[in-house]
Amino acid sequence: MHTHTLTELSAQLKNKQVSATELAQLYLHRIAASTLNAFTGMNPELTLEQAKDADARIARGDVTPLTGIPLAHKDIFVTRGWPSTAGSKMLAGYNSPFDATVVEQFRKVGMVTLGKLNCDEFAMGSANENSFFGAVKNPWDTGAVPGGSSGGSAAAVAGGLTPAATGTDTGGSIRQPAALCGITGIKPTYGRVSRYGMIAFASSLDQGGPMAWTAEDCALLLNAMAGFDARDSTSIEREPEDFTRHLTDDIKGLKIGVPKEYFGEGLASDVEQAVRNALKAYEKLGATLIDISLPKTSLSIPVYYVIAPAEASSNLSRFDGVRYGHRATDYADLADMYRKTRSEGFGDEVKRRILVGTYVLSHGYYDAYYLQAQKIRRLIAQDFQQAFARCDVIMGPVAPTVAWDLGSKVNDPVANYLADIYTLSTSLAGLPGMSIPVGFGQGDKNSKRPVGLQLIGNYFSEAKLLNIAYQFQQATDWHTRRPHAS
Amino acid sequence: MQWEVVIGLETHAQLTTQSKIFSGAPIAFGAEPNTQACPVDLALPGVLPVLNKGAVERAIQFGLAIGARIAPMSVFARKNYFYPDLPKGYQISQFEIPVVQGGTISFAVEKDGKTEMKTVHLTRAHLEEDAGKSLHEDYHGMTGIDLNRAGTPLLEIVTEPDMRSATEAVAYAKALHALVVWLGVCDGNMQEGSFRCDANVSVRPVGQKEFGTRCEIKNLNSFRFLEEAINYEVRRQIELIEEGGTVVQETRLYDPDKKETRSMRSKEDAMDYRYFPDPDLPPLVIAQAWIDRVKTSLPELPGAMRERFVKDYGLPEYDAMVLTQSKGMAAYFEAVVAAAGREQAKPAANWMMGDVASTLNREGIEIGESPVSAEQLSLLLKRIADGTISNKIAKEVFAAMWEAKSSSAALADELIESKGLKQISDTGALEKIIDDVLAANAKSVEEYKSGKEKAFNALIGQAMKASKGKANPAQLTDLLKQKLG
Repeated sequence: MHTHTLTELSAQLKNKQVSATELAQLYLHRIAASTLNAFTGMNPELTLEQAKDADARIARGDVTPLTGIPLAHKDIFVTRGWPSTAGSKMLAGYNSPFDATVVEQFRKVGMVTLGKLNCDEFAMGSANENSFFGAVKNPWDTGAVPGGSSGGSAAAVAGGLTPAATGTDTGGSIRQPAALCGITGIKPTYGRVSRYGMIAFASSLDQGGPMAWTAEDCALLLNAMAGFDARDSTSIEREPEDFTRHLTDDIKGLKIGVPKEYFGEGLASDVEQAVRNALKAYEKLGATLIDISLPKTSLSIPVYYVIAPAEASSNLSRFDGVRYGHRATDYADLADMYRKTRSEGFGDEVKRRILVGTYVLSHGYYDAYYLQAQKIRRLIAQDFQQAFARCDVIMGPVAPTVAWDLGSKVNDPVANYLADIYTLSTSLAGLPGMSIPVGFGQGDKNSKRPVGLQLIGNYFSEAKLLNIAYQFQQATDWHTRRPHAS
Repeated sequence: MQWEVVIGLETHAQLTTQSKIFSGAPIAFGAEPNTQACPVDLALPGVLPVLNKGAVERAIQFGLAIGARIAPMSVFARKNYFYPDLPKGYQISQFEIPVVQGGTISFAVEKDGKTEMKTVHLTRAHLEEDAGKSLHEDYHGMTGIDLNRAGTPLLEIVTEPDMRSATEAVAYAKALHALVVWLGVCDGNMQEGSFRCDANVSVRPVGQKEFGTRCEIKNLNSFRFLEEAINYEVRRQIELIEEGGTVVQETRLYDPDKKETRSMRSKEDAMDYRYFPDPDLPPLVIAQAWIDRVKTSLPELPGAMRERFVKDYGLPEYDAMVLTQSKGMAAYFEAVVAAAGREQAKPAANWMMGDVASTLNREGIEIGESPVSAEQLSLLLKRIADGTISNKIAKEVFAAMWEAKSSSAALADELIESKGLKQISDTGALEKIIDDVLAANAKSVEEYKSGKEKAFNALIGQAMKASKGKANPAQLTDLLKQKLG
């Protein structure tokens, strides 16, 4: 049962083959027995209560395809009933008095919350090794990282601990762990999914999205997750849409842009091989490959690592020990309280980014760093618009390598930053991006680690992206492979 | 050496919205600590700001009233600093592109015994949120944080360094205060901190082009403190320079008990606020249609009303200006004139600026709270005009009306009647009084006849006294002249 997709479970609930309570119990047991460290917060009593409500809804026929389906939230979304920690000591044990909009939306359709998912502290990281609650293991190879920052989300889905999870993506944090764990994830257009109740990392980049086994699952989840929210001023007001509406459309004649910058130096050959194979599969489905160029790709790393830390340094100022969260026990005065609280409460990577962000916003440096980065950010967005004049979708690898070994890069933050090269520019441009499993590489360990294909669409083209992904998954079976560990 | 004083003011006017600038929490002064703060105001993890359109609307009203440019696109920025009563660790303000740009405020100011018109140019006015309050007392060595005020909408109104004396600065501040209250964008309550000023003060030798080094005096919440603080600061700077010292650019605080300013922090200690556009808030776009709509809903502005009072009622410029200093005074005046007739405009103005103003002043109340209604006052004016009472008796009647606290429209008549204050215009009665006075004051009569004009006034005074002030003065004069031949 735990290997089933959300869509399959939905059918079983509808046919009364299984109840929401039975499903919740199954996953709760699996989570309790899991060694992946994917979860940071559980509340089985509340989970079962929600399952009971869902069963009651099903009994009276008040259902959507998502009613009764279990779901877990990245611990960046605040929740009533489960601690909301952002993977940080700063918020260990913090209980939010309100639910994030996304959490609320999923509750409205009757999904059942299993718990909170481990992640890099304040979503800063690419390996989920920056969590106060410890690293998460990749179910395909428990010696490997699951990717990050939504590493708990990806590992939990892949490990059969939940059929669906929420993630957040600031520079690749949905797409990269989805790729490294062999599942499907989509980062919508910036402004599609409400950020209210999503603990902010970099406000102009943060975007929530669903993670599950298949494109169809993601489309169903996005139907509940996306939508205008008056509480988020960057949320975009648009007619609600059904993201499943194009799934079965034929993709004959689809023009796929293949950026040469995504296949250059640094791309591991096993990843390239799997991606090229996937592109061939698309050709078989009637698509055409077009060589394109995204010349500013390499600039996305410095631009991202100016803008994201700048916003983060300000966003994280509220964690000062005054009103909630961690506060140092002994301090001489106010400044000392701030210093100790923040030194103790934040991990190294978070501190590193606060320092960088504070520096680039400082008087005398602002123009050279922050303003300059914003200008290049616009040029990066223009790159994409030029590309989309020639193609319908852009495809390439999600990450340059398959999952690396736990602990192998923890002392090399720059190596971690470089691993984001293919996902950062999409975030900077605010475009929707997806990752779908397209095979396996061996890494340097001679093990079997998943490879993801990245699909980048133009603004608000999620339904089209999901269609393109769905058609691939109708023709291939990578999304049906399951790991052994959990 | 002759010194010239240069002053610029930054005023924080709290806007009269129902809720906060970036959250739906209510704004109520004096509530229990932290009861007017929602998750957004407390900066709980995950919350986001949503701009209150009412605050923008008020900024537009203000901008239009001072003839400023309303920016079609302005930007909210974060001002980053750590303080316990600043929950987010940054204040949302406007930095590079404010919503209101330019504009002027004109007002009358006393200079060398004369009244002059003065115009101050505004640099900008921008929207921002207020911080909370740190309470250092009552917590036994700890500090209490009250976030009720956090997120309260403010309009920060910044002038050019256009003022040249504390008197001008206070006159500007009063004119600005009157304007924001007139518009209804601010309640103007200075005790509650709804209107507070920072003064940038510098001095330079008369004739020098460059400005001197300025000091900023923070948080002056009364016109008196503003005046005292500037005067102290000017003296301090002049003395410092004349003794061979130099003024250091710094922020200073005014101590109203010691009547002096003292250093708070120097420029070297000035914080780097790391301003940057707030990524949680898209640029504020104001369509021309919105500006047009606000324009049509604006009340008549003091300047336009002043011109109308001169033109329609034939009032002197000065009277028109005084009467248009508050919406309440202007409305009361117009109500009096409407009831008493247009020819009573000047007497009405005199009464408003005289007995009415001084009585309000004495009692420390606003015109809206006056126990004498405009209708009641208009009857009094009619009774002066028709000779029922003299102007002098009218003052007595007015005082009685004030005390009576009655709503009767005929109050003036009732009091004239009950107190027997009706003017004596009956020739027979007046002749009788004059005869008695002449008989009792033979000496004065002699003096008058020998050419002493002053004696005539003495006789009039006696006659008026005998009539208990009720004699019709003109008639009395004529009759006495006749009698004395």
